[in-house]
Amino acid sequence: MSSAARIEFDHVTKRYEGRGGDAVHELTFEIPAGSLCVLVGPSGGGKSTTLKMVNRLIPFDSGDIRIDDRSVRDISPVELRRGIGYVIQNVGLFPHMTVGANIGTVPRMLGWSRDRIKQRTLELLELVGLEADDARRYPAELSGGQRQRVGLARALAADPPLLLMDEPFGALDPITRTRLQTELRRLHQEVAKTIIFVTHDVDEAISMGDRIAILQEGGVLVQYDTPDAILEQPANDFVARFIGEDRALRRLALKTLRQVQLQPVTDERGRHVSPETTVRNAISLMLETGTPQVVVVEDGRELGAFRLQDAGALL
Amino acid sequence: MSWIVGGTVIPNFGTGSKCVTGNHVFCWDWVRQHWGDTLGPALVEHIELTAIAVGIGFALAFALALVTHRYGFVEQPVGAISALLYTIPSIALFQVLVPFTGLSYTTIEIALVAYTLVILYPNIVNGLRSPTPDVLEAARGMGLTQRQILLRVELPLAVPAIVSGLRIAVVSTISIATIAALIGPYGLGSPIYVALREATPFKTEIYSAGVLAVGLALACDAGLRLLRRVLAPWSARRLA
Repeated sequence: MSSAARIEFDHVTKRYEGRGGDAVHELTFEIPAGSLCVLVGPSGGGKSTTLKMVNRLIPFDSGDIRIDDRSVRDISPVELRRGIGYVIQNVGLFPHMTVGANIGTVPRMLGWSRDRIKQRTLELLELVGLEADDARRYPAELSGGQRQRVGLARALAADPPLLLMDEPFGALDPITRTRLQTELRRLHQEVAKTIIFVTHDVDEAISMGDRIAILQEGGVLVQYDTPDAILEQPANDFVARFIGEDRALRRLALKTLRQVQLQPVTDERGRHVSPETTVRNAISLMLETGTPQVVVVEDGRELGAFRLQDAGALL
Repeated sequence: MSWIVGGTVIPNFGTGSKCVTGNHVFCWDWVRQHWGDTLGPALVEHIELTAIAVGIGFALAFALALVTHRYGFVEQPVGAISALLYTIPSIALFQVLVPFTGLSYTTIEIALVAYTLVILYPNIVNGLRSPTPDVLEAARGMGLTQRQILLRVELPLAVPAIVSGLRIAVVSTISIATIAALIGPYGLGSPIYVALREATPFKTEIYSAGVLAVGLALACDAGLRLLRRVLAPWSARRLA
């Protein structure tokens, strides 16, 4: 597995002809190697533009973007793109190629041997939760969710250190979307690549991102931080409105009971829950059952109790 | 060349079979008797006429379509000329060409090529546009060059549209080529033309040549459908 890349945006500005104002304005921030950074914001915030400037599908006017200290301008677009995984909302699978041939596109261009490509394809199908037999099917025979899994496998094929994902789950139904979000989180831990992920969905940003960059109209970066820090202290009214008034609950959704200080179990008892339960869900359960605490149980052993009255102290 | 030899056949009322001398609607024995000297050669000539016309027309249309695909501005003038060409009735087009190229095989082929070109060109141009914007964006995003996008994405995806165009071009060329007999004694139109000119009540010659032309068109169409299934197996599955 190749290592992950560190991405630096250095005063990047993009202006479209005939449109007043910048699409992206003096964008400066750094994405640490191996993290999943979500670009989020309203339409017109320049999220997709920012993403596409990284693989030079869109040229920028000034500033610089560096991948591991190397400017993207110093690499030919074709070479640059072959080294970066790219996933888009409507996937864009080649309808005339089987799933296997789709996944093997970049490795074929890089001159890998047939055996190596076949091996890699099988590995990737398993990684994204598809069957080995699916390699022979055509995209038209797959469901939307399966197609996006293939899109992900295709982007990962040549083991790039960086993955660009442009609203990858935007066209999926809510259930499939949630499932793929969970799997992408797992996959990200497994493959340890840098991922830049564009979405307009705040919930998705909060649940997916190690770090979130919030872009405002005109391509201005208003806040760049961890989800927890942004929820705790929105940089301005725009961010506060954007992340929603229930941000306290959203923060509690980021913590699991394993991460909080538990209390001795009292006589009041309460529902048994696993330590992986989020604080938010634990609170919801207590409100629903009318009990002041839940008992955290792992492998039949009581780890302690979490009390409703302690929830406020976590914020 | 064989087409120069193709002669006319005048039914011999005196020595023919009972069917022929009696002017029955259709006489199998006439067909059997004249397969070797009339119908067979005419069929071969007809296939030749069609193959040359579609071959040259396809090559020209393909080249023009590639140029159009690369430089969009070509489409308007080429499209306008094509449309104009197509409105000229085939009989008229043959006559227009006679002063320049005479009553020759060349005249016939020029006219036939013009029609195939007009049919094939828009089909190929549209075929090259079949990939959706997502597919093209993904291709570019993965680092395919312009050339690779053309060869590996646009052309394979254009196959169904190109074959559809070929089917129309082949079938209509087979049909239009029968009119070529007005210019010279070539193809399946020739026995029909001769029979009409003789103004005999004997119709077997017309029927058999007509049926052969229809049969040829159907066979070519079936062959091209098979070709599409071989070249673009994905498009058949999509429909399933």
